[in-house]
Amino acid sequence: MTLPHNSLAGGIGRRSLMAGAGLGVLGAAAPVVRRAAAADPLTLTVWSWVPNMQKETALYEQANPGVTVNVVDVGQGFPHYAKIEDALRAGSGGPDVAQIEFDMIATFLQLKAFADLAPYGASKFSRDYVPWAWQQVTRGDHVYALPWDSGPIGQVYRKDILDAHGMQPAGTWGEFADQALKMHKDTPNTLLTNATFDQGAWTTALLWQAGWKPFTVDGDTIGIDVSNAVSSRFAAYWQKLLDAGAVDAKPGFVTEWYEAFDKGRYAIWIVGAWGPVFLQQFAKSSSGKWRAAPIPQLAAGGHVCANWGGSTLAVLKQSQHRSEAAKLATWLLHNPTSTRMFATDQYLFPTSLALLNDKAFLETPYPFYGNQPVNEVFAAAAHDVNTSFQWSPFQGYVQSQMGIELDAAANGRGTLQQAFDRLQKKFVKYANEQGFTVKT
Amino acid sequence: MFDFVTATPTQAPPRHRGHRLRRRLVPYLFLLPFMVLFVLVLIVPLLLALDLSLYRDTLARGQIFVGLANYFSILDDSSLWDGLAHVVAFGVVQVPIMLAFALGLAVLLDSGVLWGRRLFRIAFFLPYAVPSVIGALIWAYMYGPSFGLFSSIAHAAGVRAPDFLSGRMMLVSLGNVVTWEYTGYNMIILYAALQAVPRDVVEASWICGATPWQTALRIRIPLIGQALVLTAVFSIIGTLQLFNEPEMFKAIAPDVIGDHYTPNLYAYTLAFTDQQVNASAALSFVLGAIVAVVSYIFMLATSRRAAGAG
Repeated sequence: MTLPHNSLAGGIGRRSLMAGAGLGVLGAAAPVVRRAAAADPLTLTVWSWVPNMQKETALYEQANPGVTVNVVDVGQGFPHYAKIEDALRAGSGGPDVAQIEFDMIATFLQLKAFADLAPYGASKFSRDYVPWAWQQVTRGDHVYALPWDSGPIGQVYRKDILDAHGMQPAGTWGEFADQALKMHKDTPNTLLTNATFDQGAWTTALLWQAGWKPFTVDGDTIGIDVSNAVSSRFAAYWQKLLDAGAVDAKPGFVTEWYEAFDKGRYAIWIVGAWGPVFLQQFAKSSSGKWRAAPIPQLAAGGHVCANWGGSTLAVLKQSQHRSEAAKLATWLLHNPTSTRMFATDQYLFPTSLALLNDKAFLETPYPFYGNQPVNEVFAAAAHDVNTSFQWSPFQGYVQSQMGIELDAAANGRGTLQQAFDRLQKKFVKYANEQGFTVKT
Repeated sequence: MFDFVTATPTQAPPRHRGHRLRRRLVPYLFLLPFMVLFVLVLIVPLLLALDLSLYRDTLARGQIFVGLANYFSILDDSSLWDGLAHVVAFGVVQVPIMLAFALGLAVLLDSGVLWGRRLFRIAFFLPYAVPSVIGALIWAYMYGPSFGLFSSIAHAAGVRAPDFLSGRMMLVSLGNVVTWEYTGYNMIILYAALQAVPRDVVEASWICGATPWQTALRIRIPLIGQALVLTAVFSIIGTLQLFNEPEMFKAIAPDVIGDHYTPNLYAYTLAFTDQQVNASAALSFVLGAIVAVVSYIFMLATSRRAAGAG
């Protein structure tokens, strides 16, 4: 399961960074010994925070004698990216293959970090991955990464709570708002949901669904349209619910928030496809009471979805073994054995169409969800993800500022609309400082 | 080998040049391990950061030399001054309270009226042994507004706990964590200084009929003035560089902490999430200069007063 990179803020991220650095030192020393034994020795380094990835790389090593794959966890999210940026600045020292979340691809493309995988045969995979994911890893004929896991969004909900209120999961955002207001009126201590505005990626996913196109990047020219009609509608919608006290705006992925879900304060979690398995770990006491449903639509009968989280594997241009690294990345993310293993052993929600249409995968029952095959819900959502969304080439800044400004506004410092206006100004200023030609 | 220690100029016959040179070199040889590390991990990074602060690394135009432009824009950045206002307000209240506690505990331990002195000494010092990140995480959990320890207790008692993580309470909540963490550390320094107060002076005060309270107030505490100044300077520097606690609290109160609650937090955000390493380097130098100036002024003021009193 890959979390969006700002989701585990603070201590956890930093501790895993230190642990990762320690492992790195040990891990780097080991292959030297092994090298002598192999006929055509080669060590490929992968930087990733996916747990137990050695399972898959061990299979690759078996199939490719002489190749040693060294998986190093250098931290989750920002610490990981900061180290890659350092390696780019230094011109060496980076891994051969790196985990890159979808939202960070544009940032690293701006730094010209990735090798084009098209010459190594990646172009022919264009129909093997869900369309939005393929669109995110390609630019024209160039393939800069291969899609790994994803998080098409949906509603994970407490069936018992909705039942008690005589509700079904909302089909439209209009219904969702009515439910929130009604539930708040009937049971003030149980709310329909918590709006995690501190998570820039959560907000982005909902805006993505609504057709928000904040950035258009063309070389060193950038269009910035953050505060527009889409964001205004979005701001007005949530502002109304916040002002009525019908939803909370507490920070996500902290003890208080986990407990709130475990103790039944919220009926619905709007989350990516990695959410259902993640929830099982912290809401144990409510096992069996949860279900999953599609994300509400803007218009009744619509089929528009968006994505929150998920990663890719990219080959760094500075790698001394680009061709071998491309082969490894391709095997890990295209070979049926490996892709299935990631989905069933590590619970990474797949981007591979073969898996998304696979009966065994779709029909797996989840006892935590009353034996509902929740993968079906999210697999259907994956096909509906809006393909036209573009990230900024400085997503670290965008993500962090969105979290700060919108969370402050949602907690009483001004309005969401004012926050979007401030974000627009901040991003324009930042882009100018970074030497872009800005169009607004 | 140790002749340079015992030899005095009067008894030493004229020596070889080599000897004299060696005598001069030996202390530096002893200093060498320190100097190597000092240069490698302090001077060299400082120079690199200084170099970094004169450029602007841009995504679209590459690296540009900008001279002092980063410094001007940081001095013009309200985020820095907001953060500085927080740490100053924090320090003015928290440092005196913490040092008063530390001094009180040190005097109590030193006075000998307590039994189990060793146990208490370790107990008071223990919070400092907990890594500050862990300490802050534990406190963050206890402060939790809905399910935290304090709100649960308050709830059981039928009252409302204050919102420890609100904008108004945040400095108090952080101050409490820092006080919990560092009182014991400062106490140990002050206690060691108290132990070093000459016994004859203390005994003289007893013979003259001073009460223990008077001895503490008139004899012991004035005699450890230097140690007090030292702990104060350490605390001032620590306050201006406040980072771990607000960084840990950021996850649970992002609306209050944001990205620039303290200057160091802002420097960290600039460097590691905003990809503005150059601005971060400039800010670090500005903050370093402020720390140096404030510490210097404090030392000057206290030494003046000491001189005046003497």
